[in-house]
Amino acid sequence: MNRLERNEKLTRLALLLVAFSAVSILLVITIFIFGEGTPVMFRYGLQKFLFSLDWFPLEKSYGLLPMIIGSLFVTAGALVIGVPLGLACAIVLTEFSSKRLRRILKPIIELLAGIPSVVYGFIGVVILVPFIRDNLGGPGLSVLAASIILGIMILPTIISISIDSLEAVPRTYREGSIALGATRWQTTRMVMFPAAKSGIIASIILGMGRAIGETMAVIMIAGNAATIPRSLLDPVRTLTSNIALEMGYAAGEHREALFATGVILFIIIMVLNTIANLTSKRRTP
Amino acid sequence: MRIYIDPKIEQRFFRAVLWLFTGVTVFILFFIIFYVLKRGLPVVSLGFLTKNPVEMGKAGGIFSTIVGTVALTVLAILIATPLGVGSAIYLTEYTRENWVTRVIRFGSECLAGIPSIIFGLFGFILFVTKLGLGWSLLSGSLTLAFMILPTIIRTSEEAIRSVPYAYREVSFSLGSTKWQTVTRVVLPSALPGIATGVILGVGRSIGETAAVIFTAGSSLHIPTSLFSSSRTMSVHFYILAREGISMANAYGTAAVLIIAILVINVLAYTLMNKFMRKYC
Amino acid sequence: MDKTVIRAMSFSHYFGPVPALKNINLEIFQNEIFGIIGPAGSGKSTFLRALNRLNDLIPGSRPEGTLEICGQDVYAPGTSVAELRRRMGMVFATPVPLPRSIFENIVFGARMAGEKNRGRLTELAADCLKKTALWEEVRNRLDVSALKLSGGQQQRLCLARILALRPEFIMLDEPTSGLDPISTMKIEETLRKLQAEYTIILVTNNTKQAARVADRTAFFLNGALIEVDLTEKIFSAPSDKRTNDYISGKFG
Repeated sequence: MNRLERNEKLTRLALLLVAFSAVSILLVITIFIFGEGTPVMFRYGLQKFLFSLDWFPLEKSYGLLPMIIGSLFVTAGALVIGVPLGLACAIVLTEFSSKRLRRILKPIIELLAGIPSVVYGFIGVVILVPFIRDNLGGPGLSVLAASIILGIMILPTIISISIDSLEAVPRTYREGSIALGATRWQTTRMVMFPAAKSGIIASIILGMGRAIGETMAVIMIAGNAATIPRSLLDPVRTLTSNIALEMGYAAGEHREALFATGVILFIIIMVLNTIANLTSKRRTP
Repeated sequence: MRIYIDPKIEQRFFRAVLWLFTGVTVFILFFIIFYVLKRGLPVVSLGFLTKNPVEMGKAGGIFSTIVGTVALTVLAILIATPLGVGSAIYLTEYTRENWVTRVIRFGSECLAGIPSIIFGLFGFILFVTKLGLGWSLLSGSLTLAFMILPTIIRTSEEAIRSVPYAYREVSFSLGSTKWQTVTRVVLPSALPGIATGVILGVGRSIGETAAVIFTAGSSLHIPTSLFSSSRTMSVHFYILAREGISMANAYGTAAVLIIAILVINVLAYTLMNKFMRKYC
Repeated sequence: MDKTVIRAMSFSHYFGPVPALKNINLEIFQNEIFGIIGPAGSGKSTFLRALNRLNDLIPGSRPEGTLEICGQDVYAPGTSVAELRRRMGMVFATPVPLPRSIFENIVFGARMAGEKNRGRLTELAADCLKKTALWEEVRNRLDVSALKLSGGQQQRLCLARILALRPEFIMLDEPTSGLDPISTMKIEETLRKLQAEYTIILVTNNTKQAARVADRTAFFLNGALIEVDLTEKIFSAPSDKRTNDYISGKFG
């Protein structure tokens, strides 16, 4: 065995360590966030933490319910806007337009996914918020504004992955359906769309993950009031903004409470991730 | 009782709806870019790019933030790329699919889904506070590196997997060791794909705000060492906009950001095309 | 006069529970062209890959028995597999030029073995290209990508590539199966010329090729060696009925 061959065992070990350190980063992050956040949750009382309406950290009152509901509302709103628009776009680009158009538009749409979220937030502030304030009432900084901007932000994700899913459906499905006399719309509705369903659902879940995790844009346009919004025009605070807004000056137990907010967020996203993984795995035979 | 709708009319209706939605979508997306560039490009001049911010950014340029952005991004890439490519090599070349590889891949995908604010939290607690690195390039780049790691692992793995098995077989039959095969045959062929992943990581680092602001700070001085605090363009833009310091400069910064990301995306796209053309 | 350079003694090879080779006993002599024929799945390729331990790459691969090359056990612990593979140059059925220039392809193995001197490498390349009758066709475009060559040229390039390692044996696994008759003829001519310096083992699906080129031929069926003898005898008066059936095309 020559020298190079003897070194192979060493090389393999070194690479194994590299690979493990990559995954141990996840472990470290999880340990830290949970380590800093869980003590205060249990000390304060888990039920109170999750379901109390009063977030007054300077008075030691840590009720997260307004923020949990805020995150859910805003994400749901983002989906209401992003999913129909995004799917429509994906369907039109794959089923009802030329390949050339798709080849031009798809990269541009993917480019839009790269625009920093703060820019989206900014557009929201200078255009959308005044518009809502002047025409629909309320402070403008609202659930509606956040939903619209977040919806726009998740469009590239949904469009891009849905296009990929639709393109992956075998052409023979479409051809067979047309050959049976169906119109293109009927084909799309009854054949292509269901066939691409798991990929499309995965794209929606990914979009949902992005919406829930968005911070900077939301801070700029949602109003950040720690109360449950009663209408679309009321201001709202999400779990992510909660952390970002107060992290700068929080100390002691207050800071721990923010970590606890991170824990809740983390858990919600892990659950979404696992669902996404399961739905996309069901696709492969 | 089901109402019968003539399929042709049904199609016409839905096509109209779909095209309307698509038009709205495309319009919105283009409008955003157009709006920012229209107000921002006039502000961008050579002076803007080369002078430092003055009066908290009210006047002057964005030079120190450009330096900060470049420094953070380069450092993050330097940390994440060896880790990511090394992991990908191990996962594809040195093991078969088993529970170990599945754990690593699952961990990597989970990492990809964690919102940037949590990375910011984590980076703040571990690097800035517990390890005492303070708000610094080091804290910021380590945090960013962890954020882009999953992307690099995923794209590198795909790139390595698509190198034809025959190349490896030939290499072995000519007397190479595994490591020689990896470095002289597999990696060179997988390079365009790997580079795409790295470039995507660059794009993400540049646009990142939440994780950076809590780890690298927001100093307007040009960073002089790994331990200096520094502000990136995204953070600068956020502060300018939120504090209302200077709308004009905010637009200018945003324009520079968008152009930078445009260039990077085009680069990634052309690389990916070159990669595809070689093997498809 | 005939020196045995390869000897298989009760050699079997398993992939998991499945035996791909069953109890092979044969000898190969120096400087002969040894042909191996048989239908698909008969273990011909497995035998070749056992000789240069390429089977090691497949998980679950398990050899049994003895395989000796110049008296040394191929599977002895501590054997340098890399050096073994350089001694046993292998040409595959589909030509696989690496995505590099013609020159880089030829010197690939030599570089891997540590040769760095550009002058020596250039000489080596020219030498090998001449031996495979490719020199005249590519001498002016050595920097061109090897992927631009025709199928037949690529296969001759692959042959030149292994010659650059100064092997003792040349093993070819159905080397002309995808090539046109003229390229096939050129390769067969090359093999005859190379015989003087190398021992050649040729696995082929094409019985007529074996008849043209091989000195002795072995017939494999379902992992077992049925018969091995001088080519003329195999093709005119084989001892085993199954050999006769295969050669006359009754199956395969």
